[in-house]
Amino acid sequence: MSITKKDVEHVAKLARLGITEAEKDLFTKQLSAILDFAENLKKLDTTDTPPTSHAIPMSNVLREDKCIPCTNTDDILANGPEVEQQMFKVPKILE
Amino acid sequence: MHTKTAHELHGLLASKKISSVELTEAVFARIEKVEGKVKAFVTLTKEQALEQARAADKQENKLPLTGIPIAIKDNMCTLGTPTTCSSKILAGYRPPYDATIVEKIKNAGAVIIGKTNMDEFAMGSSTENSGLHPTHNPWDLQTVPGGSSGGSAAAVAASECILATGSDTGGSIRQPAAFCGVVGMKPTYGRVSRYGLVAFASSLDQIGPLTKDVTDAALFMNVLAGYDPKDSTSVDRPVPDYQKALTSNVRELKIGYIKELFGSGINQDVKEAAQKALQKYEALGAKLVEVSMPSFEYAVATYYLIAPAEASSNLARYDGVKFGHRTKDAKDLLTMYYETRREGFGSEVKRRIMLGTYALSAGYYDAYYLKALKVRTLIKRDYEKAFEKCDLLVSPTAPTSAFKMGEKTADPLSMYLSDIATIPVNLAGLPAISIPCGFSNGLPVGLQITGQAFDEETILRAAFTYEQNTDWHKQKVPL
Repeated sequence: MSITKKDVEHVAKLARLGITEAEKDLFTKQLSAILDFAENLKKLDTTDTPPTSHAIPMSNVLREDKCIPCTNTDDILANGPEVEQQMFKVPKILE
Repeated sequence: MHTKTAHELHGLLASKKISSVELTEAVFARIEKVEGKVKAFVTLTKEQALEQARAADKQENKLPLTGIPIAIKDNMCTLGTPTTCSSKILAGYRPPYDATIVEKIKNAGAVIIGKTNMDEFAMGSSTENSGLHPTHNPWDLQTVPGGSSGGSAAAVAASECILATGSDTGGSIRQPAAFCGVVGMKPTYGRVSRYGLVAFASSLDQIGPLTKDVTDAALFMNVLAGYDPKDSTSVDRPVPDYQKALTSNVRELKIGYIKELFGSGINQDVKEAAQKALQKYEALGAKLVEVSMPSFEYAVATYYLIAPAEASSNLARYDGVKFGHRTKDAKDLLTMYYETRREGFGSEVKRRIMLGTYALSAGYYDAYYLKALKVRTLIKRDYEKAFEKCDLLVSPTAPTSAFKMGEKTADPLSMYLSDIATIPVNLAGLPAISIPCGFSNGLPVGLQITGQAFDEETILRAAFTYEQNTDWHKQKVPL
């Protein structure tokens, strides 16, 4: 068992993910099994191996920074769960 | 009419023997008949489809896909048409734009008939993780169609569409293609634009075709492939005419078979079907080479650290603020985040967000995520070494044929292992295809052919040659 229920609670908080008591127990068990399986990787010596984050080498793809008109504001706002004027409304952040 | 391929139908449409409206009506009649059993779709857009079909019929110069009914996986944005990734958290979401591939499909004159079911956010190998309903394999309704593009593969197999799009992060096009007895291709990373594809694991995701035969895959690739300035990971290099690659000739081609994927852990029938395919290639003049990929044993673990890590970051955007589901009456912002995400995400998605967040969290990053990135380098090197000895690599697509519904849902790890042959390909960013190569217990078996980066042509040529010399792809579902 590589992780505890406390770890699961901590990670759920980091991920802003509400989970039930039953899910806490289930995830403790299942994530432990998956992480135990991942322990296999430790058998490989990777001291001098560089990491690959991307299969095709590419970095810093840049484009010109220019303004273009945004014509579909209404469609974008139509998806908002709560919209007021041209803004998305959220519950109070500060007391 | 609905059972024909796109290239057959193109001839009939171009010579005006049939109209696209008739064809579209025939496809919807077929859907009417079998969809209750298969459940491949989450949205159908009949009226829009008929409108597009009428426009296609008016078009004088018919392109290869003009008037052809196509289904789109539900993680690809369609302007004004719901795009939910089969997740409750995106219920009611209507994209304000078309994905680049959807735009290309429309520009090609094709007819979009609806959106197909998938494992929620493409996380799964059976389509049982759909937040809406499972899809059934048309070969045997008690078995899964594979996943995550299970809806697309089942729709093609059941002739509920002529072509379908899929996306593939660890096998999500190829494994369902194998399970449903159709052709599925994952192009090279960067070959097809992902603008408008809802992101799962950005360093692995790729869009590709699901079709009834290899010729259709080549024709569809001609439409899908190409550089897109809107996707900074798409690669700016010329797109060949993939149809020209379809020559029935594998003489002198060096085909490597991956020793590790013909060993224990692979079902006997599946192994035999793939071995027979190799013998067929040899009889047709190809040279067989044994290849060893020692790093493959670590690929599934590597993938299940990297993909969830990327997913946990990508899925942070589902917070109930700008689109999709929002919990009712949350009194503060944090509660809104927690409850919106608790209510909106299914079990597998939560599990992967948790796993990914853990692998990236302070104290574990080096041990899990960074370690996985280093092993990814070893997997890539194994491929580089293999391609010094051969032109293509062949293996079964999946270790078994389609499994029973419910068989693997309780044990996520056993489900993950069904992607053992497909995952390494994504980690290395390579192109690969799955084509039908036999049956096991009445269910289709797939053969995976992997090529070097941006060499889809050699893959298509080998797949086409096999198809010309066998008739597995002509078998029809008992529906």
